Amino acid sequence: MRDLPSGAALSIRVAQDAPIPLDARIECAAGELLALVGPSGSGKTTILRCIAGLVHPSDGRIVCGGETWLDTSRNLYLPPQRRTVGIVFQDYALFPHMTAIENVMAAMSHVPAAMRVKRAQELLALVHLSGLEDRRPAQLSGGQQQRVALARALARDPNVLLLDEPFSAVDQVTRRRLQRELALLRRAIRVPIILVTHDLEEAALLADRMCILHHGRTLQTAPPAELLARPASPLVARLLDLRNVFDGRIERHAPETGTTWITWQGHMLETPYRPELGEGTSVSWMIPAASVVLHRRDRPSRGERENPVAGTVVEMFALGETATVLIRVDGTDDAVLSLSVPTHVARRNGLDIGIPVRVSLLKDAIHLMPQS
Amino acid sequence: MDWSALILSLQLAGCTVAVLIPLGILAARPLAWRRFTGKGLIEALIALPLVLPPTVLGYYLLVALGGNSPLGEIYEKLVGRPLVFTFEGLLLASIVFNVPFGIQPIQRAFEAIRPAVREAAWCSGMSTWRTFWRVELPLAWPGLVSAAVLTFAHTLGEFGVVLMVGGNIPGETKTIAIAIYDRVQAFDTDAAGLMSGVLLGLSFLAIGSVYILANRRPAPHA
Repeated sequence: MRDLPSGAALSIRVAQDAPIPLDARIECAAGELLALVGPSGSGKTTILRCIAGLVHPSDGRIVCGGETWLDTSRNLYLPPQRRTVGIVFQDYALFPHMTAIENVMAAMSHVPAAMRVKRAQELLALVHLSGLEDRRPAQLSGGQQQRVALARALARDPNVLLLDEPFSAVDQVTRRRLQRELALLRRAIRVPIILVTHDLEEAALLADRMCILHHGRTLQTAPPAELLARPASPLVARLLDLRNVFDGRIERHAPETGTTWITWQGHMLETPYRPELGEGTSVSWMIPAASVVLHRRDRPSRGERENPVAGTVVEMFALGETATVLIRVDGTDDAVLSLSVPTHVARRNGLDIGIPVRVSLLKDAIHLMPQS
Repeated sequence: MDWSALILSLQLAGCTVAVLIPLGILAARPLAWRRFTGKGLIEALIALPLVLPPTVLGYYLLVALGGNSPLGEIYEKLVGRPLVFTFEGLLLASIVFNVPFGIQPIQRAFEAIRPAVREAAWCSGMSTWRTFWRVELPLAWPGLVSAAVLTFAHTLGEFGVVLMVGGNIPGETKTIAIAIYDRVQAFDTDAAGLMSGVLLGLSFLAIGSVYILANRRPAPHA
């Protein structure tokens, strides 16, 4: 089997005002999987189409594998045919009149004719479609069609692989399987992979880094864990659907203890040292639900002295092993904290709606964000 | 049975298809895929022969192609014979009155091709030309066949326009539809009946093949 495509990094800068506003900068290393995430209409697909050459932004520069595909300052614009991209469209866009193997071979004009059949068979085997070479798209299931589309994208020996919501048109079970296959397959592909998705969970699962888009702007690019723990702004936190985001004010910095004290609706909270945020400025702060620790009633618990707050349970629901508990914090303007506890812990502590509880906000998990 | 009239009709229909279908493809692609000002007007003009009485269309064609018109004058100077009451004039008229039959089915067929499929072809490295041959034409094929068959059958049966522009010159402009009228006028009902039967059979064959093809066509999208 021939080597799968290999190439160098992808670097994108695109900007325009209309028809869809864009202001995006994206870098993706060879072998890296970057997820473009954002709500509908945030410009994810448009950026993908810019890379493929299907959209011509009014301002921008796209370099892939050392080759410049777009440079508006030099009036350089390579058509899609001259950009070696492999793209899986959202609804796959297979050629309906061709069989699976013909679809794959259609992207092989650069391969000597005598080798195309063998190479196409190899690619179909790679995506687990051996034996279905002669089926037409209409005779294949949604998951099988997606695999043909992936094989066709790889058949081009692309310098970048573009996946536009590739899992959105299949059922849950197939989606899980295809996601697992992609996670395995990508180890063998040494090119940048850009995955467009509105599914945060899918992005966090598959991507090395996630790039958050909003109205065509790239707001933050970071590994999923970092992004979820340290969003750059309250807007990013909101787009990531993060809970426990509140407003506060920097009270004072204490470098000797590595602490920045903030006030939050009458509470004084210690947070990690962030001297760049001036005293007196308004900030947003956030704490992951897993870092809000419930105090046990019968004996002292871990971190009990760290930012203790009291409140009343207002809502509680168990999803399997984990219970989500919402607490209205005493002395605040109806601020509601969300925490996750194992269901058995919730039961042992007799948690129920209306019950008063005490929790600690673990200092190191609190993340401060400047307000824009 | 007027064999020369039948052969003339078949020739006229064949030539009309040969000229109109390539023109139809050229016109149908931008109409199917582009948006531009005046598109609605162009589409209305294309559909106009469907609703215009053939004699009205024939009258205007007669005026436009006649020896006193600029077009007729130029043609006569270049070729040495007039455009009206000749096979060439009849062909031109036939192309005009078949415009809706030659363009609309092809336009519908191109419209049914999803834009992403063409984009996928470009992203697979296919040139615009190769995309046309390998993807667009095979997918639009049933529309092309419909357009060709409808144009062919419609030309065989056209009467009003032919009479206005071509007259009734045996071997030159006397088509089978004219010949039937001619035979009825001469109380030769046997010949008229035979020719009518032939025309009926041909027309049914043509239309039937379009419908059979349409029903056998696999779903365009999975």
